[in-house]
Amino acid sequence: MYIQGYGILAAFIGFSVAFAFAALIMSWLVQPKAPNKLKQKTYECGMKLFGDSRIQYDAKYYLYALLFLIFDIEAVFLFPWAVVYDKLGLFALIEALIFIAILVIGLIYAWKKDALKWQ
Amino acid sequence: MYDLYAKILNILRLPEIIAQLTWAVIPFACIAALMVFVVIFLVLMERKFLAWLTVRKGPNRVGPNGFLQTFADAIKLLFKEDIMSEETNKLLFTIAPVIAFAPVMIIYGLMPFTEHLIAINIAVGLFLVFALSSLTTVGIVLAGWSSNNKYSLLGGMRSAAQAISYEIPLVIAVLSIAVLAGSLNLKEIVTAQSGGLFSWNIFPAFIGFIVLFICSIAEVNRVPFDLPEAESELVSGYNTEYSGMKFALFFLAEYAALFIMSVLISTLFLGGYLPPFNDYLSIILLDNIIKNQAIMDILIHLEQGFWLVAKTYTLLFLIIWIRGTLPRLRADQLMGFSWKFLLPLAFINLILTSIIKLAIQGY
Repeated sequence: MYIQGYGILAAFIGFSVAFAFAALIMSWLVQPKAPNKLKQKTYECGMKLFGDSRIQYDAKYYLYALLFLIFDIEAVFLFPWAVVYDKLGLFALIEALIFIAILVIGLIYAWKKDALKWQ
Repeated sequence: MYDLYAKILNILRLPEIIAQLTWAVIPFACIAALMVFVVIFLVLMERKFLAWLTVRKGPNRVGPNGFLQTFADAIKLLFKEDIMSEETNKLLFTIAPVIAFAPVMIIYGLMPFTEHLIAINIAVGLFLVFALSSLTTVGIVLAGWSSNNKYSLLGGMRSAAQAISYEIPLVIAVLSIAVLAGSLNLKEIVTAQSGGLFSWNIFPAFIGFIVLFICSIAEVNRVPFDLPEAESELVSGYNTEYSGMKFALFFLAEYAALFIMSVLISTLFLGGYLPPFNDYLSIILLDNIIKNQAIMDILIHLEQGFWLVAKTYTLLFLIIWIRGTLPRLRADQLMGFSWKFLLPLAFINLILTSIIKLAIQGY
């Protein structure tokens, strides 16, 4: 019964991308086209540009990103556990508790090391 | 309906995959229409409600009471010139709105609006919804970078920061639903909540509901988490350089995502299309009057739609109300709030619901 959905899903992916492009093309057909030099300048409140915007950007949340990776993978591991949870019972609960506890200890460690502070 | 269509194609000796791919046109057309209609109505509703909160009149010129204002805006955007600055990355600049928009549309297909109105019924529906909703962020980051504009870049970077903070509590909060329902199929999750108000997931997983509600506001970049497009600091954030239809696609994606997130929360926690009573109102009230089973089925179907719409719009009103009330958070406050407050809460919720589930089952 379920396998039926995946063909429709594939079609939906194609259709929705096509829909978005169709909207763009339709607008492109009816819109006025009158470019000029000033119009095509990058917007910066009307001032002359102050340096380039393709600079090295200081991502202040680098450590967050690392933590994000760890916890995202944890969540992916927990999904199958959650689905079969009612069939496994107490054993699964304890296993998951241990699994979560290890990561929560990691979170507390990061917290105490000031990794969760905007540097 | 689909079965009949597949049978006809089977007689013509065409493989079933062709039946699926062509059949998808019908639900897709319905969903596209629904989405555009919903967004047009939602924008109007938000503007009117915000105006009411701040004692203004809101749009009141186009049509009766400004009812056609959003139609006029949409048509205007269609006919606007598409300005692309010289220094943009033209390819990515064009693709970015499509990446932001297309996933939202697929999510519409995954939602069970009523018992039978679900376009893509697959086993991993819930998982796919979150995979797709986080794809929208990629589009926003791409838009911010490819614009080659400092405001856009900052908006895009903030959007990335927001995504990596809010995805985790969001997913962990939703895990408790998978535990309670024992399935990732959205229809089965709704069915598992049948039996009146007190079988809804909001009762065992109330903390999860709060966490998911806050995170979904952050996920769709709404006040108080609208940092990627903070008007008072970043002009218009990631879409500063956008105009015309490309801007309209971002706009559409944002409001469509807002609506579908409310539908998702009502599906997961508030029983979706199920009524808050033990049985459907039409069965309780009209069972003795209407003997025809077919009419009864149609009535039940309409009632299911009504309940979902009622729950969804209650949540939407709440979200708009929040927009009218709260100020914007700072980026570091936002990340701290997510990691130090919401994530522990989400874990507590997960453990609590697993224990409750076990207690109900009686192991």
